[in-house]
Amino acid sequence: MKGDIPFRGIRFDSVTVAYDGNVVLDSLDLTVEPGEVMALLGPSGSGKTTALRAVAGFVRPASGRVFLGGRDVTDLPPYRRGIGMVVQQYALFPHMRVEENVAFGLKAQKVPRGEIRGRVAEALEMTGMAAYGRRYPRELSGGQQQRVAIARALAIRPGVLLLDEPLSALDARLRSGMLAELARLHRELPEVSILYVTHDQVEALTLADRIAVMDRARLRACGTPRELYRAPANEFTASFVGGANLLPVTVGEQGVRFGERRLEVSGPVPEEAAVLCVRPHLVGLGDGPNRISGTVREIQWRGATHRLYVEVDGHRVIADLRELKEPPAHGDEVTLHFSPDDAVLLTAGARHD
Amino acid sequence: MTRRLLWAFPPVALLALVFLYPLTLVVQQSFQPDSGGTSLQPYTDVFASAAFREALWTTVWIAVASTAGCLVLGFLLALIIAFVPFPGAKIVARFVDVFLTFPSFLITLALLFIYGTTGIVGSFQFLTTPWGVLLAEVTYFTPFVVRPLLAAFSQLDTAQLEAASSLGARPLRIIRRVILPEALPALAAGGSLVLVLCLNEFGIVLFTGAKGVTTLPMLVYSKAILESDYPGACVVAVVNVLISVGLYALYRVVSRRAGA
Repeated sequence: MKGDIPFRGIRFDSVTVAYDGNVVLDSLDLTVEPGEVMALLGPSGSGKTTALRAVAGFVRPASGRVFLGGRDVTDLPPYRRGIGMVVQQYALFPHMRVEENVAFGLKAQKVPRGEIRGRVAEALEMTGMAAYGRRYPRELSGGQQQRVAIARALAIRPGVLLLDEPLSALDARLRSGMLAELARLHRELPEVSILYVTHDQVEALTLADRIAVMDRARLRACGTPRELYRAPANEFTASFVGGANLLPVTVGEQGVRFGERRLEVSGPVPEEAAVLCVRPHLVGLGDGPNRISGTVREIQWRGATHRLYVEVDGHRVIADLRELKEPPAHGDEVTLHFSPDDAVLLTAGARHD
Repeated sequence: MTRRLLWAFPPVALLALVFLYPLTLVVQQSFQPDSGGTSLQPYTDVFASAAFREALWTTVWIAVASTAGCLVLGFLLALIIAFVPFPGAKIVARFVDVFLTFPSFLITLALLFIYGTTGIVGSFQFLTTPWGVLLAEVTYFTPFVVRPLLAAFSQLDTAQLEAASSLGARPLRIIRRVILPEALPALAAGGSLVLVLCLNEFGIVLFTGAKGVTTLPMLVYSKAILESDYPGACVVAVVNVLISVGLYALYRVVSRRAGA
């Protein structure tokens, strides 16, 4: 335990949450360092939101402890945890003006009246909403409402900021803008630890210092975006963090074999049955190392790239290629290749079904 | 166009015959004193009588006090039903619906069993006082406030309550600053409905057998049936109708504001 050292991180100590005997979070062990952005990434029902709600104090763990800044907060009610929280649906108070919304937490925490004005202005300034203080939430667009919600959470100067799918209700264009905003806010407030729940791998890869991949109530992998992307620990992580071609291979005395083909793979080689993971954009067209050939089943032109779905011995291999001058036709035989550096071997068996 | 008017005719005629016509008769009667002719005599007589003024005052204060009681009790009950998760909350909410269909005198009858002279706590004699009427009306009309409040609370985003809580607000502050402001339209709508109903309540007052408690509907009853003073009864009835219609108009305005 960190004991008396005041740090503003988050620590889950084998936290288990169950509803009516149904385990929705299974002994989660995870530490978010002070000032770190940790993304909880996973599909719906993976337990990521439950983990966040356990930090906020809205669900009580069946077992395990939650620590905030070294302090055990498992038994504290939400209003005594001093956490900023932003949720997908904004949850602004509709009958209050923007500035009253932002001032709400300051009044609740008995901040001196004279100080509130300045801190509301500061929070609104930080989120670019200074000009909208007199408006009501219904008079704002979705993106603006989310900025107000962030300002409201930041106004109380929390050590920990919880973001629960904050961009999911916004359209794609606004989302990338808000993503940049959040990154900027984190640069301006480097001491705030952020727990960011999302099902969107792009958000996680862009924003997070580390990503915790969750699936079916369990933590599946945790690491920096680069680690998880370049060297995923298991199939689920490989397919959820960025797209992946997963090919069953056998490992024997003659090396790694995919069907009849011998493949060169650098890096550690597990024993016996394994799965080969190659990112689609690292697959090249034409001859090269690790060549495999198959039939084109589908071609998608995506502007800057062509996506080829190639059937190789009954397995589908996806290749994202720079826009082709003369793309192959449907049903053509093509040859693909990938560099030994770009492939990772995963142990089979830890399969996500 | 003519065809549509033709369709409109039967219901309008029926309405006029069975409802508006008797109402006009009441209004007409109120201007015809027993001495004959048409004059304002019945009005001046009634307005001058101490009994009428006392009944008006009794009616208004009991109605206002009952409404206030219903609002406070209804708000608390609705808060508990909506936000305190307890087993059977759904059943209680369902019961509120059923309760609305009960006749009002049933409550008074039930109260008589508890507080009446032969009841369980018979030594209490307060049922025949205005307080008894007040208790019965609050008991009976509270669900009329709970109903719209539960509807309003179900619209309330629980994420708002959680946001308030994470910002450091304790439950009381959340109720005062978040829930109450958003419940105000429902409270206003439910309250004005209860006020109108209380002003016209007859069964409860009659059943408590409170001799000293004479409200306007009781006054109409005693003048018409017991004293055979029809013009006087009609005057009181007209006053009662005017107050009701006025409050109903207010209720409409308030509920339209509330979007209910």
